[in-house]
Amino acid sequence: MNAELAAPPKLVVNNLNFHYGTERALKDINLSIPEKMVTAFIGPSGCGKSTLLRTFNRMYELYPRQKASGEILLDGNNILDKKQDLNTLRAKIGMVFQKPTPFPMSIYDNIAFGAKLYENLSRYDMDERVEWALKKAALWTEAKDKLKQSGTGLSGGQQQRLCIARAIAVKPQVLLLDEPTSALDPISTAHIEKLIDELKAEFTIVIVTHNMQQAARVSDYTAYMYLGNLIEFGDTSTVFTNPKRKETEDYITGRFG
Amino acid sequence: MNLLPLYTRRRLINALGLGISVLAMLFGLFWLGWILWTLLDNGIPGLSLAVFTQMTPPPGSKGGLLNAIVGSLMMTSIATIIGTPIGILAGTYLAEFGQRGWLAPTTRFINDVLLSAPSIVIGLFIYAIYVVRVGHFSGWGGALALSILVIPIVIRTTENMLRLVPNTLREAAAALGAPQWKVINFVTLRAARAGILTGIMLAVARISGETAPLLFTSLNNQFWSSNMNQPMANLPVVIFQFAMSPYDDWHTLAWAGALLITFSVLTLNILARVLFRQRATTH
Repeated sequence: MNAELAAPPKLVVNNLNFHYGTERALKDINLSIPEKMVTAFIGPSGCGKSTLLRTFNRMYELYPRQKASGEILLDGNNILDKKQDLNTLRAKIGMVFQKPTPFPMSIYDNIAFGAKLYENLSRYDMDERVEWALKKAALWTEAKDKLKQSGTGLSGGQQQRLCIARAIAVKPQVLLLDEPTSALDPISTAHIEKLIDELKAEFTIVIVTHNMQQAARVSDYTAYMYLGNLIEFGDTSTVFTNPKRKETEDYITGRFG
Repeated sequence: MNLLPLYTRRRLINALGLGISVLAMLFGLFWLGWILWTLLDNGIPGLSLAVFTQMTPPPGSKGGLLNAIVGSLMMTSIATIIGTPIGILAGTYLAEFGQRGWLAPTTRFINDVLLSAPSIVIGLFIYAIYVVRVGHFSGWGGALALSILVIPIVIRTTENMLRLVPNTLREAAAALGAPQWKVINFVTLRAARAGILTGIMLAVARISGETAPLLFTSLNNQFWSSNMNQPMANLPVVIFQFAMSPYDDWHTLAWAGALLITFSVLTLNILARVLFRQRATTH
């Protein structure tokens, strides 16, 4: 399903299928995700939106019975190829999870952890990188005086911004957000949404959300999924105001789901 | 409908249940209190500077427990040093790699058997495979037997503590592109650190009171010896020997030794609990 994109595609999904054991969770997905824009995946629970997101960094490889087939092209290279190195893929495609996942170490070390995997930065450069990432994630003013304190001591919203800072400290090209605000209060959610808007200047962002208003607020493109199928994909205002498919309309008007 | 009779009935049952639980708790605490009281009552008169500075005496003369204290400390430390790394590595294997294949479930089963094996059997085992071959009792034999007791405890706690670490934390580290060994070393083991440490302390507490495995391995030594290749004095066996003897001086020392062991084990347990509570509040 290829809508007219206002930017060149960063990720192109061709005939993607996904299996949990024998259960087929994604069915022939075709989709192009535009560069430096925000693309939202919406749909009821179990529709496959998180599954689709997790194929982009091959997160499913942690689990023995999960398999993806088809093609996902990142700048034209198939990342599902066996030869694709997982670590370099994940350096290019960062991810933030539903629940904040600060590591049991200081705020500084949380951010340095990822950056250290790929770059051999001097003490000074690392300080700069940490500051840069925290500023990008709008956490610098709150955290600058307690960089040596444990990341687990922050509030939920701050922890989630720490996780965003940690993901962008690696300088990825794509940022995957898996329901990043579903565990947060409205004020923290507003913080993160504002952040998403700023981050899209530099990163291609793909967000999974349960909250349709959120998708409408933050995204440029929206994909509606149901039972492992991609039902509709297009620019967000069209999908929300003038959907082509009846199923999409039923879902976004709240008649279903 | 009048609900009052029903409500009264619930209150009665509640009071009855609570009463029985409190009685059961008091019953348990009573014996524990009595044991501690007897220990204090008999042990404190025996405590003196000599206990910590002199060797175990022949019957009828004065002396202390220094050689036994040092022997116990040495064998317990060496057993912990041998057993802990093996236990942590095996526990990590079970928790982080034990999802597939037959090796992990088998290891887990054997470990459970080992965990509940009577310690005297462990002592006999080391006696048969080590002491008999070397030809004499020795500190190494004792340390080996104790380390076999440490391993299953540490394996079990390490696995349990690692399983408590949420999977999302592993995913988050993997999503940054960290290879699995870095995820385990820097994230999951670190998150489980306090719990694993607690397990090690409990293992130390457990072995510091073990008598049976030492009877066949290190036996005892009346004199000062820090040579691990010689029979080695240790508190549990000294207590066993002195308490069984007809001499009053020896009885006094046995009580003092029992008091020492009990309170060091108690301290370790309390320390472990405090550590664990800190973990619970910081995460």
